[in-house]
Amino acid sequence: MPSAVKHVLLILVPLIAVFAILPGLYQNHLLLFNFVTFLILAQGVNIIYGFTGYLPFGYVGFFGAGAYGFAVLVMHYQSPAIVAVLAAGLVAVLLGLLLTPLLRLSGAYFAIANLAASLAVLHLVANPALESITKGPYGVSLTGTFNPTYAYYAALVVLAVTVGGVVFLKNSSFGLALQAVREDAVSASMSGVNVVRMRIAAWLASALVAGLAGGIYAWYVSVFYPDNVFSGDFSIFAIVFALFGGVATISGPIIGVLILYGVYNLIGFTTPQYFQLIYGLLIMGLVLFLPAGLVSLAMRRGWNVP
Amino acid sequence: MSPDTKPVLSVRKLVKRFGGFVALDGLSFHAAPGEVLGLVGPNGSGKTTAINVISGLYAPDGGEVVFDDVSIGGTASHKLVHRGINRTFQVPKPFMSLTVRENVRVALAYGHVGGTPPGLDALLDEYRLAAVADRPAADLNSAQQKMLDLVRALATRPRLLLLDELAAGLNPAELDWIAERIKQLAASGMSIIVVEHLMGFIEHITDRVIVLNAGKEIFEGKLAAAVKEPQVIEVFLGGEHAA
Repeated sequence: MPSAVKHVLLILVPLIAVFAILPGLYQNHLLLFNFVTFLILAQGVNIIYGFTGYLPFGYVGFFGAGAYGFAVLVMHYQSPAIVAVLAAGLVAVLLGLLLTPLLRLSGAYFAIANLAASLAVLHLVANPALESITKGPYGVSLTGTFNPTYAYYAALVVLAVTVGGVVFLKNSSFGLALQAVREDAVSASMSGVNVVRMRIAAWLASALVAGLAGGIYAWYVSVFYPDNVFSGDFSIFAIVFALFGGVATISGPIIGVLILYGVYNLIGFTTPQYFQLIYGLLIMGLVLFLPAGLVSLAMRRGWNVP
Repeated sequence: MSPDTKPVLSVRKLVKRFGGFVALDGLSFHAAPGEVLGLVGPNGSGKTTAINVISGLYAPDGGEVVFDDVSIGGTASHKLVHRGINRTFQVPKPFMSLTVRENVRVALAYGHVGGTPPGLDALLDEYRLAAVADRPAADLNSAQQKMLDLVRALATRPRLLLLDELAAGLNPAELDWIAERIKQLAASGMSIIVVEHLMGFIEHITDRVIVLNAGKEIFEGKLAAAVKEPQVIEVFLGGEHAA
């Protein structure tokens, strides 16, 4: 069996199946939706960071741009939710195109510039002068499209497509070439790889994923403010989850979200007073002892982790 | 080289500056198919810069590089790879976290245009990497990394191959072995340019050498003749030896 098929059957199908069934068994629908959202965002970070080495500290910029793309289409053009979600993805891709010059930077410089870019988009959207378009800082209310059930399943579709995309990266020479660019851009170009085009492709793919997730988030919550959908927590959580599990794998970001976001909510429900202490220690321990993520535990034993 | 063989590469009056420093100052030479050409000269004479310009890492500031009758100066590296130029690096930079096999697969997938790509296993076998094929490149020793760099270049089926100090750091047995391989590659019609400090190695494998000094060629011909040339002796050993 080709490994791509194996990865789809062993990871993608069970993941989607479980999250498709869970709403019937578990009451807290919003929590399940948040899990799916973070699964998408962590895989989006995986695409850009795991495969190309760019750490997107302002990743939420695409998510927020998607949420507001959705809102503008629904408010001003009365678009159906599905159309608005696709437009949300498009808005994020356009923002990604606008930000391609950032790819000239690397390491911490890229991370900082990306963070600044996301703040710039936040302040553009939240500008009171744009109230007639974005409702500025006063937030939007999209009661017309409110339908958490449909939004949840739309998120599952995006998750399936995203994980499918990572399965492709993990099993194709395209994904291999992306990793080659991450390891050494000069050697990659001497292997015939168009380095600039590869970086832009990965960048726009990760922007698309976050934009779609943002649009669906807007659809799900229907009432939100700029500070909600541009919250730095989204970037940080998505990055921490992806790193905790292990990037440049299919399963790493999934494991990271399930464990860390699970623990996050467990502590939040049971012992909220110790929340930041426990969570902080957990992340510190990971960075110190398992910098390549949980999956590296298995890889050290020579197991091939998809 | 027979006189009627058409050069595959012609470098004409090439100039490359880094700020105020002129690394290449009107360098001209050519290379023919099936020929092993040596570039020799003291440190800083512009050998590696010449290779970097020909392989597209730097754009020239003047003059031209003509490959297959097409001027290629300033063309992006990956496009030159597709045209049939490849190289190795003085300090090889393989994709460290990828396995040896994956390293070569990238070049096989992206580096060649048309024709049958060379067989991966045969290449690894030929360059003594078969035993480490599934290990990350980071695990290789420096000689193995050099061979991986060479295999990566060969996987793209170059017609012009630039070898930047491939022999440095190899032991005598490895040197003899790689010299034979280079001669065989040239015999298959490949044009090979070798930058090297080991004169014995240069003498053994090259058909012709270009001696560089301060970014210009000062001699062209057999190495044996070069060492009798007063100007070459002056550059390598200092003025008092030239007389």
